[in-house]
Amino acid sequence: MATISRDNRGLRLAVRYLVLVLVALVFAFPLVFMIVSSLKPTAQLLSDTSSLRAFLPVGDISLSNYTAAFQRAPIGRFVLNSVFVTVVTVTASLFLCSLAAFSFTYLKWRGNGLLLSIALATLIVPFETIAIPLLLFVSRLPWLGLDGIEYGWLNTYRVQIIPWIADALTIFLFVQYFKDLPRELIEAARAEGASWWQIYRRVVMPLSGPVLATAAILKSLKMYNEQYLWPLIVVQDEAHRPIMVGLGYFFQLNVAWGEVMAYLSVITLPVLAFYLVLQRAFIASIASTGVKG
Amino acid sequence: MGSKLTQSNRAGWAFALPGFGLIALFIIVPFFFAFALSLTDQRLISPNPTQYVGLENYRNLLGLAVITLEPERDESGGIVRDEDGALQYPRVRSITRSDEYSQYAGMREWFRWQSGDNARVVVASDVIFMKALVNTLTFVIVVAPVQGGLALVLALLINQRLRGINVFRTVFFMPVVVSIVVVSLLWRFIYDGNDGLLNNLLSGLTFGLFKPVDWIGNPDTALGSIIAMSIWQAVGFHMVIWLAGLQTISPTLYEAAAIEGASKWQTFRYVTWPGLRNTAVLVLIVITMQSFALFAQIDVMTNGGPLDSTQTLVFQAVERGYGKQDISGGSTISVILFLLVLTISLIQRYLTRERN
Repeated sequence: MATISRDNRGLRLAVRYLVLVLVALVFAFPLVFMIVSSLKPTAQLLSDTSSLRAFLPVGDISLSNYTAAFQRAPIGRFVLNSVFVTVVTVTASLFLCSLAAFSFTYLKWRGNGLLLSIALATLIVPFETIAIPLLLFVSRLPWLGLDGIEYGWLNTYRVQIIPWIADALTIFLFVQYFKDLPRELIEAARAEGASWWQIYRRVVMPLSGPVLATAAILKSLKMYNEQYLWPLIVVQDEAHRPIMVGLGYFFQLNVAWGEVMAYLSVITLPVLAFYLVLQRAFIASIASTGVKG
Repeated sequence: MGSKLTQSNRAGWAFALPGFGLIALFIIVPFFFAFALSLTDQRLISPNPTQYVGLENYRNLLGLAVITLEPERDESGGIVRDEDGALQYPRVRSITRSDEYSQYAGMREWFRWQSGDNARVVVASDVIFMKALVNTLTFVIVVAPVQGGLALVLALLINQRLRGINVFRTVFFMPVVVSIVVVSLLWRFIYDGNDGLLNNLLSGLTFGLFKPVDWIGNPDTALGSIIAMSIWQAVGFHMVIWLAGLQTISPTLYEAAAIEGASKWQTFRYVTWPGLRNTAVLVLIVITMQSFALFAQIDVMTNGGPLDSTQTLVFQAVERGYGKQDISGGSTISVILFLLVLTISLIQRYLTRERN
């Protein structure tokens, strides 16, 4: 009997792993296919789809798709645009949202509760429902440039950055985190005569590593990966176009799939690499949006 | 008043204002703009002054009517049939374009059904909008429970104590860090009717029995294919949220259940699921909101086709507001979309409220 029950346990374990492996294949196969295909000439890529060769780097392997894709479209420029917009927006967002959350959490002032409620209420307004009126709004907004006041923000970096800096989710994450910090630290600093700015800079921010990481990861993913609809309607010139909109170069009828896979890999591999290195932080940041929600 | 401001008041405003000001300027102001613009004929660029038009934009989108068509009769009053024996009806156009029935002016046939000898025809002022509305609701109604449920199953799989389980968690979550735009273009190839990977895989697995399908080129399968792909991309996100919920359940509850001799299902039903209540509400509401925003997949894969089978509200709002520069029309769709999101979130909150 003992041997049978041990076999049983071994079998059950094997079934569990089999299920996990099958599910993992479902999630991995398109991405493996994308990366492997980016190394093959289009003709071979198409013929390989009829066998398991589709997932193996075999045959005529080279980086020539990458060279061709970079020649077809100014991909380098698009990558730089996306990285620039992401870095500036995330930096500004961490600063302004943490500052606002600091004020909402620790300072007593008239209107505090009301303004926080109004800000958090915007969580139920999907961006897609304000995109069209916002398009009209930014097309008429003034801007003080080097040549004096000009009107209209279309085809600029600022139209991709400034509307995205402050958002309710980031403020909410900071407020939740600040609430759990020990109040005595702030009261002690106040008693010693520190200004609010000094408390923010010297006491609260140095303790905020985890929430800064969470907010930075979520906002970076949003800015780099998810910026599509907005730049599509407010940026027409190539010089300011971000990477996802640049994909439009590859939409024509006779799609050169090898080049498409190369471009997709260029976009995706850096993010995947970040994720694999920092996966604990990535997963913790997603999880924290659910806690107490 | 100025003298009454304490240090804390001034610092409070100064610290909160930049962040709050940006939210007010770029979310709250355009939100109210949408309502105001939907009552006008505003265009992105126009030489004519903008005019107030009342609810005309809403009428142009939401106008619906049912017309009953009687079969054609010959002079003696007998019903006319064609060679196949089918009944003959007057053309819908003959009614919507006649001066006699001015209430139907500008409407087009959406769909019809048979009722005795008569045909009932549903005509709409904006058939494409109606299709977009139905497709969006279908997408939400399918994706919210299926994605939420699958995410929970994955979370339970990952929550097992097995060696190397973190590797599987890493893989399941991977598509979440890939842009939906990238995923859509990649799956355009996977779904391709000729050389597509999916057709080849399925025909290989069934030893050639499977007939190739043009997944996104066929009106019957296009929306379903986009639904499956969207779930594939996003399900890992909600798996992680469920996982966080699972880990807040106290292990002593599980020990107690084990001592009582509860089965696996009983443990799930009476320990796990009650502990996940708040998580469930959050997951449902978040997926619903994200589903209503369906746009990138459509723009990259189908442009609303084939035969408008994948039109969505956001796609239509953008096509009108940006493509045709019809800001008021796009804003009207946006307002309707927002009211839908709000209504459904409120209903979900009501249905999942704490009961005493």
